[in-house]
Amino acid sequence: MHSFWIIFKQAFMTKARTKSFIITTIIVAAAFFLLANLPNIIESFQGEDDGQVLHVIDESGGLTVQLQAQLEQSESDIQAMPTDLSEEELKQGITEGTIESYLVMEEGNTLSARYVSESANEIGAGAEVENAVQAIQTAMTAERLGLTDAEVGELFTPADFAREAVSESSKTEEELSQARGLVYVLILLIYVAVIYYPNMIAMEVANEKSSRVMEILISSVSPVKHMFAKIAGIGTLGIVQMMIFGIAGYFAFKTSGSDMAEGFFSVMGFSEIKVSTFLFAILFFLLGYFLYAVLAALLGSLVSRTEDVQQLMLPMMFLIIISSFIAFSGIGMPEAGYVTISSFIPFFAPLVMFLRVGMLDIPLWEPLLSIAIMLLTIGVLGWFGARVYRGGVLMYGSSQSLKDIGKAIRLGNKK
Amino acid sequence: MALSVEHATKKFGDFTAVDDLSLRVEEGEMHGFLGANGSGKTTTFRMILGLLDPTQGQITWNGKPITYESSPIIGYLPEERGLYSKMKVEDQLIYLAQLRKMSKVDARRETAAWLERFEVPHYAGKKVEELSKGNQQKIQLIASLVHKPSLIILDEPFSGLDPVNVGMLKSAILDVQKQGATIVFSSHRMDHVEELCDDMSILDHGKVVVSGSIREVKRNFGKQNVRLKIDQDLASLSRLPGVENYTKTIDGALLQISDESSAQSILEEAMKLGQLRHFSIEEPSLEEIFIAKVGKAYA
Repeated sequence: MHSFWIIFKQAFMTKARTKSFIITTIIVAAAFFLLANLPNIIESFQGEDDGQVLHVIDESGGLTVQLQAQLEQSESDIQAMPTDLSEEELKQGITEGTIESYLVMEEGNTLSARYVSESANEIGAGAEVENAVQAIQTAMTAERLGLTDAEVGELFTPADFAREAVSESSKTEEELSQARGLVYVLILLIYVAVIYYPNMIAMEVANEKSSRVMEILISSVSPVKHMFAKIAGIGTLGIVQMMIFGIAGYFAFKTSGSDMAEGFFSVMGFSEIKVSTFLFAILFFLLGYFLYAVLAALLGSLVSRTEDVQQLMLPMMFLIIISSFIAFSGIGMPEAGYVTISSFIPFFAPLVMFLRVGMLDIPLWEPLLSIAIMLLTIGVLGWFGARVYRGGVLMYGSSQSLKDIGKAIRLGNKK
Repeated sequence: MALSVEHATKKFGDFTAVDDLSLRVEEGEMHGFLGANGSGKTTTFRMILGLLDPTQGQITWNGKPITYESSPIIGYLPEERGLYSKMKVEDQLIYLAQLRKMSKVDARRETAAWLERFEVPHYAGKKVEELSKGNQQKIQLIASLVHKPSLIILDEPFSGLDPVNVGMLKSAILDVQKQGATIVFSSHRMDHVEELCDDMSILDHGKVVVSGSIREVKRNFGKQNVRLKIDQDLASLSRLPGVENYTKTIDGALLQISDESSAQSILEEAMKLGQLRHFSIEEPSLEEIFIAKVGKAYA
């Protein structure tokens, strides 16, 4: 057990001390703070902006006042101002940049208005002005038809629209949209983690092999112990890094105090954090990690040069990518048949079963069965991987392919 | 207390890498392994270390098979040098010693002592990749000795070193042997084997072709060399009975004889030819034995 901890510690510490690891961790944590404070930052840049001045060419004269009232009501900071300049002069102004925009209003049967600014696809101000003009138009029409304010109000009452699901395992729409955000983020995390950390293992193993230090290592401790200690060490590193991200993210949004953070929390379903979802996320992260880490160690032990790792890892990457396709497409329809089936296939289960657990109220035996299948697979793969690893680490040759697995087993074979 | 290899055979598919190899190295002895590339030296070493299991036969240390339980008492210097290139020398040596179950405190002290001995204490905090090849080699040797093993396997310990460093490493290995360690090593250089070893083996295609103490091997080889220095041509001597080989040298000739008794008649014949300045009977060199047994030059 002693040497297990030595390798464990070494795998953990050397990776944790690398510049790339520290920098990645800091950048991601900083990104959380940046994201959380984005609205504040944007505001601070727009601080001096007192609102744009909208020049209005108004034949009738009364419309500008109405427009200004409407804009104020909708809390817009656009200032509507009547102008004596001709349209030609205003256009000139826009081209020169002295004027931001102007509006030509004419009152006929219906209100007609033309909003002119430097670029037609400008969304913000144009939409605000359009809404205001629309409101004036509505008010005018109501007046013409002789409707009272109450009648106008009634006219715009939205329909009472609710969604209900028949399936028992389905959550209510409100619950779903809350769960969706959280599950999405967590699936993304598990996905990144099962790519990133097992890759680290494969690189590490290939590196030890190509630098030939492997032969010393496995003459000191058994390859199997070495493999599992390494997997455990990097796995712990992964958990620590994820925890740092989690804590950084939490504090970033808590301390930013911006409206958006609150909005983000409620939309993402963080306002009522479901402990079980997080526990499942950690569990499926660990299972997924071990499953792919064993596979990665096995593949890493087959190559002689680190350059060949990626090539041999390709089939494994495909498995992860396919499972991510299933999981991400399943967010929209978690009850689809292919989602259910693939949640019991060991290589897809970490992402897909987590999706189902997070999105649906499925009976407990389903995730338990899926976990049991994964544990069994990890066991079989661990046993098989250890055999390949034992021979693979002694094998040096030019061509590396999956066919070498057989060669490795024969080389490492007892007898 | 001895390393014993009994009828060890290792097959990879149809290929027999080591064929019925038997070997006994008594405690505290140094055994030299000679053999061309691909003759099965590294495979034998890997079997001794337990990295590979013999297809047949068994290998024991003090009567017990060598397993990872024996890890603390074994030191290994692989033919292909291997260290973490990005790890600091001191950290690396301590880590490898710890894997051999040495305590961290002891490992730190021993590492410092060895670096001192090899005159490279200032490399302790450097990364291995920053070191020259010769210095990396020193670190590699320290890694195989630092945990005070009692059975040491050194695969080509001196290759790629300058004479000064070879001397330094040789004396270190001899010191370790004096302290009681059993050492098996292979070398490209016959003179290293001749100088360091008590016993030796020559491997060819997985088989031991010669084995025993160096003196024994030379005596059993039977043939000896007669060196003559004379101005006259000695070609006629090659026709004498017992002369197996005649080589003309700058100042005379080198004759290989199958029996010491032939030397007398050579001397008499040579004296008849002219003024003999030098006559000596020499033991065969390991190189000659190797060439005779394996049928080709070693390196």
